[in-house]
Amino acid sequence: MRDGETKRDIRDTDLDRPALEAALARIWNTPEGLWGALATVDHKIIGRRYVITAFVFLALGGVLAMLMRLQLAQPEARVLGPDRYNQIFTMHGSNMMFLFAVPVMEAVGVYLVPLMVGTRNIAFPRLNAFSYWIFLAGGALLWISFVLDMGPDVGWFAYVPLSGPQYGFGKRADIWAQMITFTELSALAVSVEIVVTILKQRAPGMSLDKIPLFVWSMLVTSFVVIMAMPAIMIASSTLILDRLVGTHLFNPAEGGDVLLWQHLFWFFGHPEVYIIFLPAVGMVSTMTATFARRPVFGDLAMVMALIATGILAFGLWVHHMFVTGLPRLGESFFTASSMAIAIPAGVQIFCWLATLWDGKPIFKTPLLFVIGFIVTFVIGGLTGVMVASVPFDTQVHDTYFVVAHFHYVLIGGAVFPLLGAIYYWFPKITGRMMSESLGRSAFWLIFIGFNMTFFPMHILGLQGMPRRIYTYQPDMPWHDLNLFVSVSSLILVAGFLLFFFDAIRSARRGLPAGDNPWDAPTLEWATSSPPPSFNFSYIPVVKAANPLWEQPDVLAVAGGLRINSRELIISTVASAEPEAREASPRNSIWPFVAALATTVMLISSIFTPWAVVWGSIPIVVALIGWFWPKGTPEDES
Amino acid sequence: MKLRATARLRALIPALALAGCTGWQSAIDVHGASAISLKHLIVVIMATCSVVWALVIATLIVALWRRREARESAIALDPRRQRRMTLAVGGAVAATVIVISAFTVSSFFTTRQLTAAGADDLTIKVRGLQWWWGVEYFGSKPELRFETANEIHIPVGRNVRVQLEGLDVIHSFWVPSLAGKQDLIPGRPNEITIRAERAGVYRGQCAEFCGLQHAHMAFFVVAEEQRAFEAWTALQRDNAVASSDAEVIAGQRVFLSRPCAACHAIRGTAANGKIGPDLTHVGGRKYIAAGLLETTRGSLAAWIADPQTLKPGNNMPMVPLAAEELRSVSAYLASLK
Repeated sequence: MRDGETKRDIRDTDLDRPALEAALARIWNTPEGLWGALATVDHKIIGRRYVITAFVFLALGGVLAMLMRLQLAQPEARVLGPDRYNQIFTMHGSNMMFLFAVPVMEAVGVYLVPLMVGTRNIAFPRLNAFSYWIFLAGGALLWISFVLDMGPDVGWFAYVPLSGPQYGFGKRADIWAQMITFTELSALAVSVEIVVTILKQRAPGMSLDKIPLFVWSMLVTSFVVIMAMPAIMIASSTLILDRLVGTHLFNPAEGGDVLLWQHLFWFFGHPEVYIIFLPAVGMVSTMTATFARRPVFGDLAMVMALIATGILAFGLWVHHMFVTGLPRLGESFFTASSMAIAIPAGVQIFCWLATLWDGKPIFKTPLLFVIGFIVTFVIGGLTGVMVASVPFDTQVHDTYFVVAHFHYVLIGGAVFPLLGAIYYWFPKITGRMMSESLGRSAFWLIFIGFNMTFFPMHILGLQGMPRRIYTYQPDMPWHDLNLFVSVSSLILVAGFLLFFFDAIRSARRGLPAGDNPWDAPTLEWATSSPPPSFNFSYIPVVKAANPLWEQPDVLAVAGGLRINSRELIISTVASAEPEAREASPRNSIWPFVAALATTVMLISSIFTPWAVVWGSIPIVVALIGWFWPKGTPEDES
Repeated sequence: MKLRATARLRALIPALALAGCTGWQSAIDVHGASAISLKHLIVVIMATCSVVWALVIATLIVALWRRREARESAIALDPRRQRRMTLAVGGAVAATVIVISAFTVSSFFTTRQLTAAGADDLTIKVRGLQWWWGVEYFGSKPELRFETANEIHIPVGRNVRVQLEGLDVIHSFWVPSLAGKQDLIPGRPNEITIRAERAGVYRGQCAEFCGLQHAHMAFFVVAEEQRAFEAWTALQRDNAVASSDAEVIAGQRVFLSRPCAACHAIRGTAANGKIGPDLTHVGGRKYIAAGLLETTRGSLAAWIADPQTLKPGNNMPMVPLAAEELRSVSAYLASLK
């Protein structure tokens, strides 16, 4: 250390706690006002925004679902015409997958991972800010075009040739493809941040075996995103090339291949399911441990199951193509691999059951959602095993049986844990508790409404009702069950409305939570609720997998960080030994400007490919501003 | 009493009851060789999975509500119990492996069991178009070849090889009561074998999303005894015969002088369009517009008068006709048995 520097430096060891916190707040706080809101790089503010925006998209997607149920309640109903219906089911799928499910899981990761690993901010915080604005722009693009009756109408899977230049008229399929670009960009950015945060910014002592299971699940998920997203990026870009530039990559008449699209799409599309499901697994493990009052049984097996699922996820995509006429031997391989993923899923279920068995369950709302998750997800998993069988699948593929199956997996397997997680972490995020009694009512409405809505769809599928039909004829034997499903969906909606009401009300008027209302074992509960902008006054030193249970008195702390500039600890990948002090970027308006410039370029390129050329100029300007050396302390290190 | 209970059950599940008596479109009410073995597999796998689910839920219930002794703290774990739990979880995982291996093997054998027709079996070609089905029958000689649409006749008890050809976007050929589905993909010919064990009318429907009228892209498979099937093919090979009825003759004149003939073919007349379904024997088919309406003079008139209201977005334009022309042209089409 040079002499001159020690004078300017103030270290956290130099001050007492109140003075230290005041100093940290000065350097880490986000300024009030619009400028501060646009320039912030605080992972908690951005994570919260992400979560709220994703839930807004959930609500909008729910409205679409209700419109479809209104149309399908009766045969040959005329509530919606085929054109609007096709836009609506395409929007519902695209919205729920790309604008709700994936972003909301990443959002929870953005908020929680830095807290759970005991660091002051996420890695690459400006990229994080950028990713949120890009996500918001992609969502706005999709929804504004839908309001203008230009919404995509080719399904969330956008199969060619239907989405190609010959049959996909107007700009609808282009808007879909470009929305994909937005969301994959933001998902990739967040994944890189999360991987680096987990590998390099863990609190001293949090070696690999002490990483919380939710953090493990986000690590595996992020790697899956990084490997799966390029496939859809190639797919959507080549579709845009076919449509805008006139290539014939998917045109069989010119030597292109229709099935190439399906391979590319599902090579991403199947891992996508695990991108949504694995974080949910982490949430379930976290909540199970807290409310069963013991650590999750078989945590090593759980981590191995997460990794195995992440790897196997890439070997299953062909089971979406079992009726396209691929060679039988190849199909048998994919039957075996699709069945095999039931093994890690089974390991997880059995370990949670063992945890509950050995623990002492406390029936709070989050645990109710965990129980609801096990009941429904096992159904979804078992129907997944069914559709993995080629011959079975030839009867149920593209029928309501599959609609039932993946709603059991995605709502039962991911949304139930997510809702539980909101009840669980709400006190940490807002400092206030959600209502236990409203939470119970919401759980039962959602659980019962969900099963009444989606279970009959299995039967409809076996009765021969195909998916994606805007109506059916009165002489088909489907109308009673369809009416039943439509009416039941009202119960589900009531449950969600109650949940939203509770969340909004509790954010203002909930009971004060305190630091650790559930007596939970992980680090995010070691700081105040809501956490200060700098997360922790002192960086904790971790000596056990469940620090707040196993180190019950005051946590050991690591000292020596500068507090007159943003700094955090970089640690080694495996054993998390502190390696260096690293500057963490300050607030900046440039990520917002860069996102704006990127948005203009991407949307203009729907109309002319030359937009890619002139539209990159403002992006370059924004990036130069973003990375311009400012002579601030962060540049010295 | 028992009878009333059965009646009530039937009323409760009108779907099954209805499917039972008409041989409609169902993977459960099966009448074809493939569909029967598929149903067998479906029932076995579902029954096994139901047992698995029940076991998991039973374990969950016991785990949640069993009586337990107090423990000192969350991290004070009993090592003996941990070992027992490890054994239990390991056993459950082993059972999972056994069950899914059994499923994989039985899927493999079911696939092998499914009948596959050879080259000397009856072969037909089905083309998928937005939003109807073209059907082509071959014979030993080129002149025995003929085309029809949206209705496939097959002889009972014989394997029928269906060659599938996608001409615009992807469609999927699915008659659940007879067999599983198979996609029709532009640039990639596929085929599927169907075989009906019982005479009857089986409904099929496009199962791959194919645009605006995906919902109204149905077809019918009529399985009949060999003799009836041969009579049908003989009739279909013949050209359309114009009757001497004055209204029918007037209708034919309307058909040929208006845009109808640009898209539709009626063999034996000058109408030779290839864009829409072949109408040579349209009056003899059970349904028009790919399963939308039962074929009657009235439904033909309604369809011709306003196809875009009945099936919005389909490729048939509304051709303005005077009331008299509409009456005669629908009489003509209905007469084409």
